[in-house]
Amino acid sequence: MPRISVTVDGIHYEEDVEPRLLLVHLLRERLGKTGTPVGCDTSNCGACTVMLDGKSVKSCSVLAVQADGCDVVTIEGLGANGALHPMQQAFHEEHALQCGYCTPGMVMAAIDLLREDPDPSEETIRQGLEGNLCRCTGYCNIVRAVRRGAQEMGQAVRTP
Amino acid sequence: MTTQEVGRPRKRKEDARLLTGRTQWTDNLSRPGTLHVMFLRSPMAHARITRVDVSGARGLPGVVAAFSGQDFEAEQGSLPCAWPRSGDTVVPDHPPMAVSQVRYVGEAVACVVATDRYRAADALEAIEVDYEQLPAVLDMNEALGDSAAKVHETGNQAFTFRETSGDLEAAFRDAPVVIDRTFVQQRLIPSAMEPRAVLCDTDGDSFTMWTSTQIPHILRTMLALVTGVAEHKLRVVAPDVGGGFGSKLQVTAEEVLCLLLARKLGRPVKWTESRSEGNLTVHHGRDQIQHLRLAADADGRIRGLQVELLADMGAYLVLLTPAVPLLGAQMFNAIYKMDAYEFACTGVFTTKMPTDAYRGAGRPEATFGIERMMDELAAELRMDPLEVRRRNWIKHEEFPYTTISGLTYDSGNYEAATDRATALFGYDKLRAEQNDRRDRGDPVQLGIGVSTYTEMCGLGPSRWFGENNAGAGGWEHGSVRVLPTGKVEVVTGSSPHGQGHVTAWSQIVADALGVPFEDVTVLHGDTAISPKGLDTYGSRSLTIGGIAVLKACDKVTDKARKLAAHVLECSPDDLEFEAGAFTVRGTGSQKTIQELALAAFAAHDLPDGVEARLDSDVTFDPENFSFPHGTHLCAVEVDTETGMVKIRSYVAVDDVGKVVNPLIVDGQLHGGIAQGIAQALFEEAVYDADGNLLTATMADYLLPSAADLPDFALDRTESPATSNPLGVKGVGEAGTIASTPAVVNAIVDALRPRGVADVRMPCTPERVWRALEGVRR
Repeated sequence: MPRISVTVDGIHYEEDVEPRLLLVHLLRERLGKTGTPVGCDTSNCGACTVMLDGKSVKSCSVLAVQADGCDVVTIEGLGANGALHPMQQAFHEEHALQCGYCTPGMVMAAIDLLREDPDPSEETIRQGLEGNLCRCTGYCNIVRAVRRGAQEMGQAVRTP
Repeated sequence: MTTQEVGRPRKRKEDARLLTGRTQWTDNLSRPGTLHVMFLRSPMAHARITRVDVSGARGLPGVVAAFSGQDFEAEQGSLPCAWPRSGDTVVPDHPPMAVSQVRYVGEAVACVVATDRYRAADALEAIEVDYEQLPAVLDMNEALGDSAAKVHETGNQAFTFRETSGDLEAAFRDAPVVIDRTFVQQRLIPSAMEPRAVLCDTDGDSFTMWTSTQIPHILRTMLALVTGVAEHKLRVVAPDVGGGFGSKLQVTAEEVLCLLLARKLGRPVKWTESRSEGNLTVHHGRDQIQHLRLAADADGRIRGLQVELLADMGAYLVLLTPAVPLLGAQMFNAIYKMDAYEFACTGVFTTKMPTDAYRGAGRPEATFGIERMMDELAAELRMDPLEVRRRNWIKHEEFPYTTISGLTYDSGNYEAATDRATALFGYDKLRAEQNDRRDRGDPVQLGIGVSTYTEMCGLGPSRWFGENNAGAGGWEHGSVRVLPTGKVEVVTGSSPHGQGHVTAWSQIVADALGVPFEDVTVLHGDTAISPKGLDTYGSRSLTIGGIAVLKACDKVTDKARKLAAHVLECSPDDLEFEAGAFTVRGTGSQKTIQELALAAFAAHDLPDGVEARLDSDVTFDPENFSFPHGTHLCAVEVDTETGMVKIRSYVAVDDVGKVVNPLIVDGQLHGGIAQGIAQALFEEAVYDADGNLLTATMADYLLPSAADLPDFALDRTESPATSNPLGVKGVGEAGTIASTPAVVNAIVDALRPRGVADVRMPCTPERVWRALEGVRR
């Protein structure tokens, strides 16, 4: 079995994995990182989205061996010192989650969206989140939350 | 003076763990030594099973056991149908694992239990099953014909049902206008984001099941009845549940089989479905052919309405299958007055996944039918669709109003909601633009869709359920206990899965007891913690469960008053209770309810007959349903060259009575409207001619993303319910019920001058284009 070396939410792991093991199953079933859920088996829903070396990926579409040598951040590693990340906070403020199942992936995808466009329009947000499905909110408040999160994050950068 | 909590847009208490991944989805849970279950499923829609050989799976690496249906035959019972409303309903035997015959693609025929899910998946490949194929039965009209194959020995008719009020023949005789239409309510896949999962453990004597369900209490009783495991030896837990929309209002084959496997093996077993498995085997929704006839006077007044439904049951009757279309019996007449009404429905067996409740359950179908008919009537009379509705709806001064189908609507104001909606929408301006585009022959036409809906929710009065053959009633349980330190623990029999009960119930309790919102916690979803309940569906949680909690608070304050009078040495009648404190009238001396809780706990000085606890326990049974209503207006741009439909604006003015938390109410409406739009434009479960589900993955079944939907403009009017002390009405399904006809009416409105009178849902670009082509030819 191949041995991989991977950092997840700041902790370094060495794991022997079957070549077919999905990254999301490594996270959930080997490392106990159950904050990242699985919503489908065709990489349509985006619930399992995590950051792989700073870019969002659907962790059901990545093999664990492909994460060898990489830095993975999940929803559990997002906040710092017990505080919510501004995007998590924005989702709370705008009531952008109901059942919460899509939320981890939605938050990760939203943060990644801002990497390319720190001040996205409603249209850009809607297009940018196309790969993440939510069945509860009709997306209205998610779009508002991403706008708010973008403003907060812009603020955070500007005020040292 | 404390601020009133009810009515405040409180941010949700539920969010923190959901936002940080500290969640308890069933698939996140494990017990030491947990084994993983996978099911082998029928690739045939209809076949006799001639041989199942699981021996190839046994002995493979990591495999603990493999079983076929025969291995469960003696103990698996039959999956229950709890509401055969019509007296002639045929409830076929429904083994959780097929033994001798399969009746839909996806039905479980064997299973493997292994040390992990990869091993289990490998071992499924080694099971051999021989089938003798039988003809698939897919079309409802054909299924009822003489030459159709029989899904069950009794034939393909599950039930017939007919209710008539008034003189229908007289209503249609010499009617100046008769509208006759047939609409199709396509089959939908509910698609809650969390796939189902079950974990079942045993200590050899009793069982605990964690499962992604809306109904832990009902499930516990039903599992006991089906399997013979004693109810008091069975605990059911609904941990975090990722959406339901009716799809988790079910007693599933997998839950029964996991319980039996835990019993057989004496070890914890877990099953988590893949999405593709879920599309095949989570019950589907809708699926009706509606034949509607409406008779009216020349001025648009409705004389009579006749409804003839064919409702696809699928292969079996699961928990509420035959009852769902029959909720339409009370709903097709909607907000309108008429002289005569007939509702008839035939339930039909086919070789497809069973149907059951999906957001709205019977009411979206009915609302779609009548609201489409109102637009057809308006078109026939060349009248504005709002005007034809105004001429027929119940006027606000006529409430309470007993409808032709026998329900009594307690309150409402259709005029106010419609006036507000038209103003917000800019109705007249959009009509002007529509005319302009028509005159110009613009390839992109504008359509305006109207939906003035009501619905019956808050299911429901136990007496009504009893009169209509349901297996259970509709009460709910709540209990409240003030802890020694003054914090408050609330237990609710409702079982949330995204709605925000913890936040809303905290607001209700904070007001009722005069304690801080933060001092209230709400427990739910575990039969060991919440021993009684009828769970969450039918927009019932607030109007029944919330009221049970409110009444439990009232009981607590009654108890506290006795204790306060004793401590303050006065008569209970001399005490005023306000903002959490009892004050002796005309004096400054007072005790807060939180102080009294400590006094009750210490019990050093209790009056005779007062127990050492400040708690209470209530079941509440509503006297009536709740009837939210509203006016939804949708403007669409339809590209007549490509068939593409774009929603340009969507306005919803809803009246859900008093609002406990406006953030939550708006969120429910947003999501509900999106699901209704999804039925109108995107979603359909499609079976091929052999009964294979072609939309078995999320890649094939089109759920809308953020890019497919617009923002919605919401507003509210407020006609408090008179049937409960908070004046609240349900909101969970209202958006879905209202929005589907608003969208389709808008599309038809755009194309009507070009001769199009209907577009079948989902109104995909291809369907719209073909509708136009059909007319062009």
